[in-house]
Amino acid sequence: MSGAFDLCGVPLRGPVLNGSGTFDAIAARRTFGDRLLEEFPFDAFVSKTITIEPRQGNPPPRLWESPAGLINSIGLPNKGLSGFLSGDLPQLAELPVPLVVSVMGFSRDELGALVAAVGERDQVAMIELNVSCPNVETGLVMGADPAETAAAVGAVRPLTDKPLIVKLTPSAGDPAVAAAAEGAGADAVSLINTLRGMALDPRTRRPWLGAGTGGLSGPAVRPVALAQVASVAASVSIPVVGMGGIASGRDALDFLDAGAACVAVGTENFRDPAAGRRIARELAAVSRNERGFSAGRTRFSQDRPKSPAKVGKTVK
Amino acid sequence: MSEPRTEAPFGRRLAPLEANRELGAYRLLAVRDPDGPTNPRPGQFYMLATAEGWGADGERPYVPRAFSYARARGDGTLEFLLEAVGPGTERLGRVSAGESLWLTGPLGVGFRVATDPKARHLLVGGGIGVAPIVCLSDELGERGEVLLGFRTAAHAEAATLFDHPAALATDDGSAGRAALVTELLRERLDRSGGEPAVYACGPPPMLEAVRAICAERDVPAQLALESGMACGFGACFGCVAPTRNGYVRLCVDGPVLDAADLDSALFAGAGH
Repeated sequence: MSGAFDLCGVPLRGPVLNGSGTFDAIAARRTFGDRLLEEFPFDAFVSKTITIEPRQGNPPPRLWESPAGLINSIGLPNKGLSGFLSGDLPQLAELPVPLVVSVMGFSRDELGALVAAVGERDQVAMIELNVSCPNVETGLVMGADPAETAAAVGAVRPLTDKPLIVKLTPSAGDPAVAAAAEGAGADAVSLINTLRGMALDPRTRRPWLGAGTGGLSGPAVRPVALAQVASVAASVSIPVVGMGGIASGRDALDFLDAGAACVAVGTENFRDPAAGRRIARELAAVSRNERGFSAGRTRFSQDRPKSPAKVGKTVK
Repeated sequence: MSEPRTEAPFGRRLAPLEANRELGAYRLLAVRDPDGPTNPRPGQFYMLATAEGWGADGERPYVPRAFSYARARGDGTLEFLLEAVGPGTERLGRVSAGESLWLTGPLGVGFRVATDPKARHLLVGGGIGVAPIVCLSDELGERGEVLLGFRTAAHAEAATLFDHPAALATDDGSAGRAALVTELLRERLDRSGGEPAVYACGPPPMLEAVRAICAERDVPAQLALESGMACGFGACFGCVAPTRNGYVRLCVDGPVLDAADLDSALFAGAGH
């Protein structure tokens, strides 16, 4: 990959992130040791979503394998804000890439407290607002409506100078939500989150997942994700982080060509812990060999001008 | 005591198949893993998928499947015991010469074995769950007494994997005693007065019986558990077991847990 690259002004070595909640760098380091740091698979690391209070998450079973995908009902288990700041943040700060912390509040006040507390930490490069987790009732509400989204982003925008990424819910296929986030001061949007799905226990004929329903991810959702990324990218001028079933460099190139500035790898990490590195390598190869330009550059810039200050771009 | 965990090389790697042979009702896969560590700890596991015909074109299987290793030979060969119970294990069971597997591991925390050379150990395996008991038995030698239970004589063929003599029970009495392996355990503990430590792997109802039998007698027990797992390295948070300390991920905090931390080994999703 040639040249430096940035997202919302944060320099990145490339355009491949992880989806929040699809890679636990601390558990991975216990498993793989310091080789994880030497071969770190992402260009920025997005934490699992944290909430004010600790959460145990949803009752098992939490997973169901579906055609070319996975339905999960994890329920945002996390140590809570103070547990994260004292326990996890020092370990995540040792990663060799910028840190994005994902936060979710059950009210605007909670969201504000999280953004303020996380935003004042030097180790944190960006904050992602999770307004879209389909497993938690209030998450659906906050991100499903343009006015609600604008109110949430507007409430926390003054509390930090750090870039804010709003993770959109796929329930809001309407790009008006993304535009509302941009209007309220978001620096980027990311999508898609998982799509609501269900599976029945073949024996009992009752819902398999402990929480009844869950979120579908993996290649099964990729065309839906690509359509939403294209639609949102066409209606905002802030960078879009595109994700949804990306499993190869070619998939990543599709999202970049649809208008994403960066991509994120999610479920593929489960199949291949080093998927992020592989996808970045493949992306560089397909971009160079087939397209004649380096990966990560803004697409469609001729057709659809973007604010040059904010778009992930190749710095000369 | 440090955690019985051998670190894995980062990422998945291709492991050529060396052999896929029938072992009664099961199959025994041997794969070449020259780039992996030769000293995984008994109870640790690997995520396996076939390099072809897995997740790309077909609908299922999609995510890899978790297997405790049965034996890690010094020459870099790993052995896995499997039974075809779904699309993943069926595909793995059909893997043939010339094919390779995607392999990640070793993963998780294995059995914590007391270093006291006089300590006595009782190893209990049920069905496909005898796999990690094989390598634990190899390690403990004469100090580890082995009790095995299977459904039928065809499944009990897996007992031939053990280098040391094992007590055998089958559900239908077609090999060994007609009994559950937990009956052998109960009799053995009552005879000895309950001083050995117990290590067990098997189906959830068996593990729950082992837990209850050991709890009644104040015998320390470690159980190798299983739950639906997508990644094997702590990423997906899917494979949780409820413990007295809340939910724990079996892939990074297990799969071997102290029985004393569990209210029950029969939890929703166990064994899947």
